[in-house]
Amino acid sequence: MKLSFILNGATVRLDAEPDRRAVDLLREELGALDVKEGCGTGECGACSVLVDGVQKLSCLMLAAQLEGRTVVTAAGLGTAEKPHPVQRAFAEHGAVQCGFCTPGMAVAAAGLLAENPAPAREDIRRAVSGNLCRCTGYVKIIDAVEAAARELAARKGKTEDAR
Amino acid sequence: MNVLTPRELPELFAALAAPGARVLAGGTDLLVRLRADLRQGRKVPSSLVRLDGLEELCGVAREPDGALRLGAATTHAGLLAHPLVRVELPVLAAALADLGSPPIRNMGTLGGNLCTASPAGDTLPPLMVLGASVELASAAGVRRMALADFITGPGRTRLAPGEIVTAVLAPSAREFAVRHFEKVGRRSALAVAVVSLAALLRLDARGKAVEARLAWGSVGPTVWRCPEAEAALLGQRPTLTALKRAAAVVRARVQPIDDLRASAAYRSEVAGNLLLRLAAL
Repeated sequence: MKLSFILNGATVRLDAEPDRRAVDLLREELGALDVKEGCGTGECGACSVLVDGVQKLSCLMLAAQLEGRTVVTAAGLGTAEKPHPVQRAFAEHGAVQCGFCTPGMAVAAAGLLAENPAPAREDIRRAVSGNLCRCTGYVKIIDAVEAAARELAARKGKTEDAR
Repeated sequence: MNVLTPRELPELFAALAAPGARVLAGGTDLLVRLRADLRQGRKVPSSLVRLDGLEELCGVAREPDGALRLGAATTHAGLLAHPLVRVELPVLAAALADLGSPPIRNMGTLGGNLCTASPAGDTLPPLMVLGASVELASAAGVRRMALADFITGPGRTRLAPGEIVTAVLAPSAREFAVRHFEKVGRRSALAVAVVSLAALLRLDARGKAVEARLAWGSVGPTVWRCPEAEAALLGQRPTLTALKRAAAVVRARVQPIDDLRASAAYRSEVAGNLLLRLAAL
């Protein structure tokens, strides 16, 4: 089928098998190697992407389900020059060890902060509860998301002061 | 497999009439199974027919009789975010909050959870105590039946070929002072229930139970009810003493199985013990 959707801000058009898994399409056709496949059964969260702003599992989506959607992967959250607060906080707070869960974690965290900019620690724990990490023990990850929320609040304060 | 996205019900029924067509709701269960089938060389559907293009299958509305109409293709997160569900169906909301994980709740649907008909399906015990029914539609027309009649065994329902669940109709549980759902699993997120309990108690002015509805998940091939334990609570205040008596009835009657998640003996013990939690409410 002819498929068209927005990936990390750019419109992509390609021919795809409609039943191709979204994770395979993103990685193998579109080079989005930041999208990781862990379990392939929806239990680890490593393949998480934001679809229209909502965290979804690309291992349990088919290519046809991306048609007309806006997809953001971890790499689309920010750039090395202008990182998303979540990306900066993960680096600064030691929230990354082997790194395999990190893109999915960052996507889950960014999805949470878009919906709830001032989450309690328990909200953060719940928000990343679909993402497995076998290295960090989660504490540093939750610290990082808290720090990212603080940075977002500070930025928002500055924008409002400037007005 | 071809993937079809109908926008209207007649278009959906036409697509489902094709040989080898299968409904795709949230995909959180089906796509895992189809991938395993493909790998093992088993037959897979010739086409998957998506439900998420049909707006009439999504959302929450009030029926003329006061019940809530829950669109079958509404995601668990969509239901959980709806104020009517939180206020009037708290026992369902509690189960939805524990179902799967955040991304699973963003993808999986209520109708999918029902049609999968897992013995451990998290929405089944609460919908049973609520006395919910399902609305089914096919090219032949629309029919309704009690959820208790709809699910006939593990993975089995009365869904006819070419038929889909369009909505779940759930009466409000507002007159029940005690509303409780609890799931015991190996961890909080992404756990298949080892035992779950949904409970509704209607109390009179003196705090005595005039109606008790109890339903357990993961202790039998489908949701398990225990009329004897419900009867044991009638006319009683839900004190620890009264609940312990009912729990003994439960442990004597429940017949769970051993599986990789827990032993039958553990399940029996927990099935009774979960009732004791009602004392704190």
